[in-house]
Amino acid sequence: MFETITFYTLGGLVLLFALLVVSTRNTVHAILFLVIDFLAVALLYASMNSMFVAAIQVLVYAGGIVVLYLFVVMLVNHKRPPEEHADPNRRNWVGAAMTAAVLGELVVIGVYASLRPAAVSASTTTIGYVEETAMVLYTDYLIPFEVASVLLLVAMIGAIVLARREL
Amino acid sequence: MIDTLVIPLLKILIVLNAILVAVTFMVLLERKVIAWAQVRLGPMRVGPHGILQPIADVVKLMIKEDITPVKADRWVFTIAPMLVLVPALVMFSVIPFGESASLFGREVTLYIADINVGLLYIVAVASIGVYGIILAGWSSNSKYPLLAGLRASAQLISYEVAVTMALVSMIISAGTLSMVEIVNAQANHGVWYLFIQPVAFFIFFVGGLAETNRAPFDMPEAEQELTGGFHTEYSGMRFALFFLAEYANMIVVSTVATTLFLGGWLRPFPNVEALAFLGILPGWCWFLLKTFVFLYIFLWIRATLPRYRYDQLMRIGWKVLIPLAIANIVVSGIFKVMF
Repeated sequence: MFETITFYTLGGLVLLFALLVVSTRNTVHAILFLVIDFLAVALLYASMNSMFVAAIQVLVYAGGIVVLYLFVVMLVNHKRPPEEHADPNRRNWVGAAMTAAVLGELVVIGVYASLRPAAVSASTTTIGYVEETAMVLYTDYLIPFEVASVLLLVAMIGAIVLARREL
Repeated sequence: MIDTLVIPLLKILIVLNAILVAVTFMVLLERKVIAWAQVRLGPMRVGPHGILQPIADVVKLMIKEDITPVKADRWVFTIAPMLVLVPALVMFSVIPFGESASLFGREVTLYIADINVGLLYIVAVASIGVYGIILAGWSSNSKYPLLAGLRASAQLISYEVAVTMALVSMIISAGTLSMVEIVNAQANHGVWYLFIQPVAFFIFFVGGLAETNRAPFDMPEAEQELTGGFHTEYSGMRFALFFLAEYANMIVVSTVATTLFLGGWLRPFPNVEALAFLGILPGWCWFLLKTFVFLYIFLWIRATLPRYRYDQLMRIGWKVLIPLAIANIVVSGIFKVMF
């Protein structure tokens, strides 16, 4: 009962702040809402006993990546409202298609997950602990983990190449 | 009921008040120590040897006019000081001030919470504090605070990397992220981690100076070039919140350093039987004593060292501390596997 109330309250907050992020005009305010949204997601993880994931969520997203967003926005923000385009609806069909794609993907994942039992039993109370997470990450999911790190390395090298015109 | 609600709330109340009182007296101590270093007397007027100066300061700050610049972003300008102070205070929730004490026949642990990822929690919450500084600079809508805010965020992000990496090699030695378990691990090793991980301690301490914007890394509030830094446009109590946060952060860094590297509540040389008489002082006294030593060193450094130039500061962070921290992780890992 208590868990259900917590889950839906936090879930509602996450959706509310996500909406505020995309609807507000001031970019710095939007970034602030994004931080609050990430913190709410971290609370959601913590309420499911995944303390490690919650701490990493705050450290990497709220404390790391969004600070860099803020940096960029502060350097380009001239406090000028965005210019009105002649045809404000010109990209509506792109948005609709992407929304439909994401929604479809979510439905497929939901159906798939409900048909198939969870790979890791969620009943253990130590599921969110560092040791358990590391054990799963470095045994069952080693290859996806390494592929993800190679991807990040590629992005890093790409950023260096773009930033330094002559090497 | 008493164990799950009343005692934790009482602990939170006591810790919060103790921190805020400690902060006000830290300001007095800082003025006194710097005065002694420069062969002056320091504050002498309010009370004997200026001991009541903090109370006078607080009263002054509370009755001062609180100005918001006309062109400031009102909302962000208001929440920025809170965004700096709250993370600083929240971090104390996982600091173990001692093991346990019996109070009115009840065994009470001397920490608010012992979570499995305590150290990660501290690092994560500390990374939120940066927002307050950047947003204070931006929302003032004035050029010096904006420059100071940018500087501060660049500095904090750079040194955060080095500090976190230094902590990784410390964790390799301890084998746990829980603050209480880290102290217990030191008791089992029979030696403070200061002696096992001296390089990690050095990086943590230098990074701690930079993350609290203390001299010699106090670039974000370099008066001579930034007219006061990111809080130039703030006045009254909101200005005081920034100062509260700075000193609370100093205390956090000192308590974390004590817990991780100086054995927390353990007496000096916990494995030497001949020094068992040192156990006459309870654990929390040792903890406070060690923390005070760190705070004194902070003041000492401020009175001694000149400020770094901005490019020097960045070079130390990226070209000295981070490579050193990575090398330290590799060496710690090799030692852990071999022995």
